[in-house]
Amino acid sequence: MIRIENVSLSHRDMPILHDITLSLEKGGITALVGPNGAGKSSLLSLIARLQPLQTGRILVDGLPVGSTPSRLLAQRLAILRQDGAVASRLTVRELIGFGRFPHHQGRAGAADIALVEAALEQFELQALAERFIDTLSGGQRQRALVAMTFCQGTDYMLLDEPLNNLDMFHARQLMRSLRSIVDERQRTAIVVLHDINQAAAHADRIVALRDGKVIADGTPNEVLTEDNLELVFGYRMQIMQIAGRPLVLQHL
Amino acid sequence: MVKLAACAAFVMLVILSIFIGAGEFSPWQAIHDPAALQLFFASRLPRTIAAALTGAALSIAGLIMQALVRNRFVEPSTAGTAQSAALGILIMTLVFPAASLAMKTLFASILALLGTSIFMMTAHRLPPAQPYLVPLFGLVYGGVIGAVVTFIGWQTELLQFIDIWTNGEFSGVVRGRYELLWGTALMAAIAWWIADRLTVLSLGRDVSIGLGLSYQRTLQLGLVIVSVISALTVVIVGIIPFVGLVVPNLVSRMLGDNLRGTIPWVGLSGATLVLGCDVLGRLLRYPYEIPVATVMGVVGAILFLRLMFTRATHA
Ligand SMILES: Nc1ncnc2c1ncn2[C@@H]1O[C@H](COP(=O)(O)OP(=O)(O)O)[C@@H](O)[C@H]1O
Ligand SMILES: [Mg+2]
Repeated sequence: MIRIENVSLSHRDMPILHDITLSLEKGGITALVGPNGAGKSSLLSLIARLQPLQTGRILVDGLPVGSTPSRLLAQRLAILRQDGAVASRLTVRELIGFGRFPHHQGRAGAADIALVEAALEQFELQALAERFIDTLSGGQRQRALVAMTFCQGTDYMLLDEPLNNLDMFHARQLMRSLRSIVDERQRTAIVVLHDINQAAAHADRIVALRDGKVIADGTPNEVLTEDNLELVFGYRMQIMQIAGRPLVLQHL
Repeated sequence: MVKLAACAAFVMLVILSIFIGAGEFSPWQAIHDPAALQLFFASRLPRTIAAALTGAALSIAGLIMQALVRNRFVEPSTAGTAQSAALGILIMTLVFPAASLAMKTLFASILALLGTSIFMMTAHRLPPAQPYLVPLFGLVYGGVIGAVVTFIGWQTELLQFIDIWTNGEFSGVVRGRYELLWGTALMAAIAWWIADRLTVLSLGRDVSIGLGLSYQRTLQLGLVIVSVISALTVVIVGIIPFVGLVVPNLVSRMLGDNLRGTIPWVGLSGATLVLGCDVLGRLLRYPYEIPVATVMGVVGAILFLRLMFTRATHA
């Protein structure tokens, strides 16, 4: 379980997160939604100790993120950043292989190699395995980065806008992969999504943020109401029900 | 194929380097003439080893620096590292002229570390969207430190020494005067040992922390390796430009940036390039010599321009 207790963050005098308290149970997909600048990326980077906590506490399986050895945390929690630009010329296979770094510190064993092959297969990257990542399209590179994060094999995966640059086919594919990984291996995914309908279709829980505050929190059916969406995104949109899940007509 | 060619070129240049020079020395004599054998052990072999070590180490230092700064266009001699080392040895020569070469090198390493740290701290503040600002800043920064060195040298009438440190050449390398250079081999070995950590580091701070790497410690270790290599080569050989820039870039084009796999090839290519330039410098105006730094200035510039104007080959 990830426990976020009374976390606030400000940059200079500008408040970014405002007294957030949140428990994310183990297992399932939690979607983090909200407008640009709501603080979604900031929250993820605090959980992943990419920036220091200013106030409050964050515990991952009881381990406080500020004081737990970084390597130990890296075996439990992986993060894919929103701007995960990688300038190095690594092949897709090498890049995914570095996802195993927290476990082997550079000396990959047979198990690590098998996991890399599994990740290549899961994300349909075998054909690109020997290509340098700087020769890939944005979407292909994004898939390689997601595969690397997945390959880290952690109980918790924090994915900041993983659908960036992906076409419809691969966006759907990625969400389904995530679903099966989470279901089969009891993993936990916390995913920032901009497409509210991806969240509606695939998430177990949706947390909606605005101006550094949690506005709504619950199942897709609980959170995706006309009132909530107006509160979060600033305009009213129609909501339909299809196969028991909400469908938001966000574009109309 | 390219790898085989690099190995062959290296072996050939080692042989050439041993048999070319002002003194008579042929393979036949090597076996029969004790005086020739003496020349071999006292001068030819040390010079060849020194050139190979320097080339390999400077290339690896360039590679590491590029990984630390995450910019392909920096190297120790254009980012103030080598100039800071020269400043260090100048200060030692002025203040403690009796100090041993090892002590002078140690102090030069410390100043190199300091100078490079300041460069790095500033480089990380420059806007990442403009990658050419970093090498430009490095050039100016290195230039300023170099000017300070020249100014002090001029004031203290040590200019001819400064020329020795800033204009690299191997003609002064004889047995007993180069052995400290083996320290660079040690540094290169450490770099290879931590190659995976350096590769992770080159993926950026956030990825490094996400993968549980102790980011600051690895950064510092990399800085120490770069600084010690720079100081050792400046003290014993002098500054040689371009090696640390062109060799890592050429190898990266062909083999990528996974340092565990590329460090040996960067080292071998760097050794080959510097050996080649040294041999060329001995042949061009035979029996006179052109300093290796001068030859490298021309050869390196040509290679660099080629790099800039050819696109990377896709694997
Ligand atoms: N390094 C930073 N310096 C200053 N302001 C920042 C920084 N990072 C984020 N912010 C600000 O914090 C707010 C939240 O940003 P972010 O967490 O990236 O939002 P989101 O991911 O929800 O779009 C924004 O207003 C942004 O401008
Ligand atoms: Mg964001």
